[in-house]
Amino acid sequence: MPIEVDGKVLETDEEGYLANINDWVPGVADVMAKEDGLELTDEHWDIINFLREYYEEYQIAPAVRVLTKAVGKKLGKDKGNSKYLYGLFPYGPGKQACRYAGLPKPTGCV
Amino acid sequence: MSDVKKFMYLNRRAPYGTIYAWESLEVVLIGAAFDQEVSLMFIDDGVYQLVKGSDTSESDMKNFTPTYRTLGDYGVRHMYVDKESLEARGLTTDDLIEVEWEDWETEESVDNIVEAVDAGQIAELLAESDVVFSF
Repeated sequence: MPIEVDGKVLETDEEGYLANINDWVPGVADVMAKEDGLELTDEHWDIINFLREYYEEYQIAPAVRVLTKAVGKKLGKDKGNSKYLYGLFPYGPGKQACRYAGLPKPTGCV
Repeated sequence: MSDVKKFMYLNRRAPYGTIYAWESLEVVLIGAAFDQEVSLMFIDDGVYQLVKGSDTSESDMKNFTPTYRTLGDYGVRHMYVDKESLEARGLTTDDLIEVEWEDWETEESVDNIVEAVDAGQIAELLAESDVVFSF
């Protein structure tokens, strides 16, 4: 179902991921979060920005295990654990945060 | 006896033009979740998969060469490249990407897990693998 962000209609796939990664603007995350009944905080944005940087560098969305470790390394051990990440993204940090960040679904995520 | 098996992914084809290299990479990324000992081997045109500075903007394929650089994070410990295949193509290890590996718990790290090996070493490495996936 397409989503409307800043007056533009953006295509998504059947699971709600952006069809074209280049369509992404920060408003995409806000609109998607609102649909999930979630208010994005700075802590959410840390993860979303982290995912976008990771994708920029490696051209894939990280598996949740890799994400957890990498977040711990970059943002501190207290954040590099699944309890913290699931607290922020209850639908699964890999899937939900990647969707907000405009990335494809992580490889190996079923 | 430990349950950890040695997995070897053998890559013999050029990165673009066919789907083999990307499929192999995806299987490695997925397989890494199973905590096995994973190594990759690049032979023949497969060595082109690791050549740095590839540009796919004129083709329809995504440039996934940068993705190999995250394999250390996915638990891949060794990436072996056949010396003869490199030489036959006028390449050296300087032309290849570098892949870091780090154990997040112990902070033990290796700057580059990409390593050129000769035919004898390749035979040994394949013989000691429990499972070989060929792409």
